[in-house]
Amino acid sequence: MFGTGLLKGLGVTLKHALDTFEDDRESVPDRYKGSLELGNNRRIIQQPIDQEGLLTIQYPEEKRLLPERFRYIPMLIWDSEKHEDRCTACGICAKVCPPQCIWIVRDSDENGKPVTRCSEFYIDAAVCMSCSFCVEFCPFDAIKMNHDYELAVYDRNPQLVYDMEELTVPLEYYAALWPTQYEEEQARRKEEEEQKRKQEEEKAAKAAARAAAKSAAAADESATAAKPKRSAAELQALAKERAAQRQAQAADGGSSDDDAATAKRARMEELKRKAQERARQRKLDAGE
Amino acid sequence: MTEATAVAEAPANDLGLEQDLADAVLGTWAEDTEPAFVIAPDRILDVLTRLRDASGYDFLSNLTCVDYQGYGGKLRADIDDRLEIVYNLYSTSRGGGSIALHVRVPEDDTIPSATSVYPGANLQEREVYDLYGVKFDGHPNLRRILLWDGFNGHPMRKDWHEAYYEEDAKPFRSRHPQGEYAFQEDKLPWAKNTTYPAGWDPDSWEQAVAYVPVSQAPQHDDGAHLDTESIVVNLGPHHPSTHGVFRMLTRVEGETILALEPEMGYLHRNHEKIGERNTWLMNMPFTDRLDYLNSMSNNWSYALAVEKLAGIEVPERAEYLRVIMAEFTRIVNHTWSIGFILNDLGALQTPALYAIEEREMILDLFEAVSGARMMCNYMRFGGVVRDLPEGWHGQAAYLANERLPRALDELDRMLTENEILRARGRGVGYLSVEDLISLSVSGPMIRAGGLAYDIRKAEPYGIYDRFDFDIPTLPNSDIYDRYYIRMLEAKESVRILQQALRDMPEGETLGGRGGYTLRAPEGQVYSRIEAPKGELGFYLASDGKTQPWRYHVRSPSYINLNALGPMSVGYKVADAIVILGAIDIVLGEVDR
Ligand code: SF4
Ligand code: SF4
Repeated sequence: MFGTGLLKGLGVTLKHALDTFEDDRESVPDRYKGSLELGNNRRIIQQPIDQEGLLTIQYPEEKRLLPERFRYIPMLIWDSEKHEDRCTACGICAKVCPPQCIWIVRDSDENGKPVTRCSEFYIDAAVCMSCSFCVEFCPFDAIKMNHDYELAVYDRNPQLVYDMEELTVPLEYYAALWPTQYEEEQARRKEEEEQKRKQEEEKAAKAAARAAAKSAAAADESATAAKPKRSAAELQALAKERAAQRQAQAADGGSSDDDAATAKRARMEELKRKAQERARQRKLDAGE
Repeated sequence: MTEATAVAEAPANDLGLEQDLADAVLGTWAEDTEPAFVIAPDRILDVLTRLRDASGYDFLSNLTCVDYQGYGGKLRADIDDRLEIVYNLYSTSRGGGSIALHVRVPEDDTIPSATSVYPGANLQEREVYDLYGVKFDGHPNLRRILLWDGFNGHPMRKDWHEAYYEEDAKPFRSRHPQGEYAFQEDKLPWAKNTTYPAGWDPDSWEQAVAYVPVSQAPQHDDGAHLDTESIVVNLGPHHPSTHGVFRMLTRVEGETILALEPEMGYLHRNHEKIGERNTWLMNMPFTDRLDYLNSMSNNWSYALAVEKLAGIEVPERAEYLRVIMAEFTRIVNHTWSIGFILNDLGALQTPALYAIEEREMILDLFEAVSGARMMCNYMRFGGVVRDLPEGWHGQAAYLANERLPRALDELDRMLTENEILRARGRGVGYLSVEDLISLSVSGPMIRAGGLAYDIRKAEPYGIYDRFDFDIPTLPNSDIYDRYYIRMLEAKESVRILQQALRDMPEGETLGGRGGYTLRAPEGQVYSRIEAPKGELGFYLASDGKTQPWRYHVRSPSYINLNALGPMSVGYKVADAIVILGAIDIVLGEVDR
């Protein structure tokens, strides 16, 4: 009969309308169930897959819960345990980047010899296509994808051209954003370091044995030895300690009443706050 | 190719041609990867006609061009002809693989147009003319298509350089270790160095608009007291229910369309040139941006082509993951397309929003697994980049087994028997399936005309031969069937998903060898998949370097537009909008 198809279709629409109406009348509508309240009407919302219909999220007060693998713009990792940048300026990320929006200046020591550290590191976020190749191929886990997507600014250049300072985040921030991957990575890194340490110990032990034999021989030759030399392992440890100190100072901004240093600290605080928020979201996600 | 005449007999027989055409075949090429027959330029039409009529190769899938200037490979060591036109033919009745034909042309030469044998060569030859400057004799409408008339040069030629040209191949040396990047804002060449083709004057130029000249418009001599006159109307750029920036140049008489021609290129970014500067792997995220609704199937198609060229194996679990992602994206595409066909019909927003509800759920799954909802960049040569995160499989299974079937049934109930949809759709935009095939149209459009041709069955790729699914067909080849076929196909996709999610084994997801330093061996390959919108193919040529020598996308959206004009003639302006909508195009893929 003419019109039955129309009526059936309208029936579907009516059902949708009623369902929505019902839901909106409830004091806590479905879309807020299990959401994370941030106060001031701000919420993190995640729609469970078995919930009918589709939620409207009132951005910017409400936001979606992002999955761990969400990729936006890369960030550089500051290893807060070792007090150093993880990046070694190897340049692989700049080579694999499809739109070629990473550029790096490798640092050099006083003699002009290149060292494994970058003096400048830029990403043009306006060009970056969020492909995450740089992350995939970085051999030092030094670059990761940030989840921060609210980047709007008035000028593309230079505001969207991020320099090293803007890109660098502490390890904890990364750990909060990417907990699963971070755990796996830490386990892997520990193992690798363990192996490296063992190898080095063996080497040091051998070197020490050799040195001992030598010095014993030397002692035999002349009893007027100068003050004892440090072993190679000791020297290395000392150098590391110094480097760590230097970098710790750099992280603190060197002189205390420096504007840039204050800004940097503020940024680090902000990142820490974000990391905490994200950790809370994760808990929500895990149903705790 | 000095000994060409000596080997002529054998390839002609391989090609299934009789002796009278044996001299047309000059030899074969690229034996190691995908052999192609080299045909004499003046005999190409004879060969094409014979293959179409006697051997059943009725479908001209791919027609493109390669510029071999500066080619470093061994295969072409002593061949002078700079350009090479490539034809890939298939048989829709038998299925199976393609026959590849190559015709060598010196620079600035003319070759016969294939449009008289395969009308579907129309848009592809125009593209070759536009981007390479090869002229086709006998083409009905040889104008530039993606670029405008005032564009100087043919940008796909190897010696053409884009604005801000830096180097021929990435990675650019400036980025590391000196990091001396120059901002494009500082270079700004426009206004200073705009050049026009010789003899072309921007002030006196007028765009050719009269597709059907006024003189050919029908005469009115029936003595009607209100005489009408035909006029040229531009539908677009924009509106035609905003599938993107696209223009239909029409000649209308009252409300009736006398002629219609698609005009495109507003989103042209020379994707293929970028592809030739990129390394093999770098192209992967760029394919996301072609048909941006279906990045998963774009990824897959490109990965398949490179895997075929470089002989890379894919682990079992990755094969399943690829099928799962591709079928999810097919559902996304088809529900989207259904929603927007209804939108174009005037059922504004309600059906569209209901139709794309489940899309959100699927995109959430994509995001969880790949990190992005639309620009997934999920596949790699030799598998997929990451395994599933925890909990993903359960959610996907819930979608495939419960939510999606329910949602599709509801959509079906809401729309399929709707009298208005039937009245607007039945009989509108009709074109016989034979015409569609000859116009190189593929995908749901031909299945809505009754031809059960689906590459997943006709030339199975991946592991599609393991699944139990049907190819739905509908007989009428009109708007209504084009709407309904997508509903049926989405339901078949759900069936495939259920099986794939059930059978997926544990194991590796990425085989080795496909990293960023990949060098594909010299050769060429054409590989295609059944993308949601039709046949998506990649034609790749390699000279053994880290970059593709030629990277061509045979995009279904673009080539299906061949049929837009013929389908629209005689219908009303309002119908033309739906006819376009039912082809289901995405401009990212049309313009590339
Ligand atoms: S981020 Fe990683 S890949 Fe890039 S230069 Fe630093 S260490 Fe190398
Ligand atoms: S995410 Fe991709 S585009 Fe962005 S910086 Fe990394 S490699 Fe380059």
